[in-house]
Amino acid sequence: MNNIRKNKIKDQAFKALGMLFTLFGVSVLVILIYNILRVGFTRINWDFLTSLPSRKPEEAGIYTAIIGTLDLMLLTVIFAIPIGVGAGIYLEEYSKKSKLSSLLEINISNLAGVPSIIYGLLGLGVFVRYFNFGGSILAGSLTLSLLILPIIIVATREAIKAVPPSLKEASFALGASKWQTISDVVLPSSFGGIITGIILSLSRAIGETAPLIVVGAMAYVPFVPHSLFDAFSVLPMQIFNWTTRPQQGFAVAASAAIIILLLITFVMNGIAVYFRNKWQKKLK
Amino acid sequence: MKIKEKLIELILKLCAFITILTTIGIITVLLFESISFFRSVSIFEFLTDTEWTPLFSEKHFGILALVSGTFLTAAIAIAVALPLGLTIAIYLNMYAPKSFRKTLKPILEILAAIPTVVYGFFALSIVTPFLQNIYPDLETFNSLSAGIVMGIMIIPFISSLSEDALFAVPKSLKLAAFGMGSTRFQTAFKVMVPAASSGIIVSIILAISRAIGETMIVAIAAGQQAQFTLDPTIPVQTITSYIVQVSSGDAPQGSLEYKTIFAAGLTLFLFTFSLNTISFWIKKKYQEKYE
Repeated sequence: MNNIRKNKIKDQAFKALGMLFTLFGVSVLVILIYNILRVGFTRINWDFLTSLPSRKPEEAGIYTAIIGTLDLMLLTVIFAIPIGVGAGIYLEEYSKKSKLSSLLEINISNLAGVPSIIYGLLGLGVFVRYFNFGGSILAGSLTLSLLILPIIIVATREAIKAVPPSLKEASFALGASKWQTISDVVLPSSFGGIITGIILSLSRAIGETAPLIVVGAMAYVPFVPHSLFDAFSVLPMQIFNWTTRPQQGFAVAASAAIIILLLITFVMNGIAVYFRNKWQKKLK
Repeated sequence: MKIKEKLIELILKLCAFITILTTIGIITVLLFESISFFRSVSIFEFLTDTEWTPLFSEKHFGILALVSGTFLTAAIAIAVALPLGLTIAIYLNMYAPKSFRKTLKPILEILAAIPTVVYGFFALSIVTPFLQNIYPDLETFNSLSAGIVMGIMIIPFISSLSEDALFAVPKSLKLAAFGMGSTRFQTAFKVMVPAASSGIIVSIILAISRAIGETMIVAIAAGQQAQFTLDPTIPVQTITSYIVQVSSGDAPQGSLEYKTIFAAGLTLFLFTFSLNTISFWIKKKYQEKYE
């Protein structure tokens, strides 16, 4: 009898501990967001969004950082999506089970685990120095594209895998060629899954700082990039720079910039979840 | 028509091969600059010296000083993330009502979606002052605060992946244990965790690999002094934060300082590559077991 009671107590104690730890995780999230809102919220106004960075914390704004982030993401999308989706289609639809295909698979899984700063070193060695693009927005976006490629490839494969085989077989039976089947049947019905993966990969890219520092993104850029070879700054870079300054004013500016960055990240994740749910319902 | 089909296949194949090129690129860049680095510095000094001062006038190139900082912060992170992550995974899988699990899992995953630069700021401006209230001797830059915050960031890696592994355990095992009169606690630790052990181990290895490669939190909150130490209250430098420090300055191409970041990067790559490879093989084996 004693043993049973002991076991029941252990069971209840563990339940309480589990609840406690889960609540701890959630409350850290709440504390983090609350503190940043408390410090930074009043700093956000039109001037903050449209001013150039400055030596004076009260005058500093995030205009160049925001435009830099948008430009960088646009270029990354242009480079990464066709290659990532293309590679995903190849691996799922064309590649036969062979040594080569398992090598590709192991390789992609390994790339997904390479720390982002190593991609920065790759970008520095190849794009900045070898191709001589310098610390430009072109070098930065190419580096980020390689970084998010594994995420897009994996998401594309998962989405294609989820397409019912009957749809493909019906298309083949009607005399469609392989590519016609892929472009007219497989891609439209896996679209939701692919889009989800792309948005999630971009929300990862938008917060990346380390590889861009290595590639040579600037903390202080007093102008908006006009060509692919211009220097650039991005939102996380600006936050990092303000974080390392001693004046309290910059901590406030950093908090305000973090609010904008988190807002973008959460909205993107929200959109991704929306697409995923809609798509999963459609598949069923 | 035939030609078009072949052409498309070729283009798609090229896309897939860019991933191979990426890996070759990473290895070539790291090796190329590292070999040139090891022409000036002996591998013996690199691996045994305990001081790392390439930016000072008296230069030392002992990677151990950076490796110790890297492992110290990662160890603190895992010490936080492992008990919390695993307990949360078991709680969500065995105890929590279904609706609870469905809402809490995505909320916890937000922790992993927050950009790391935000966590760095959080560690430096909120967690460090809080810890200083408890332990006043804690320095402004230290590995404790950076490690704890990094641990919180990787909780979802362990909790979500381990929960997936627990979820994949055949229901019959769980029901059999309950049928024998086991409590949920006994079922969890005697049946479920052992059955899901490979998946759980994979999640832990991936979390370690993630902690070793994490950059911005340590660059902001752990300091920039390379010290061969296990003291969590003083500033340390990790491999990643050293690379950030040199990149933020202006190291001329071809200089020894410029080459050090590639030698440091190669060391980091070897660590994470080994961990990722181990986890990949465990995952492969595990999939065969259940499918």
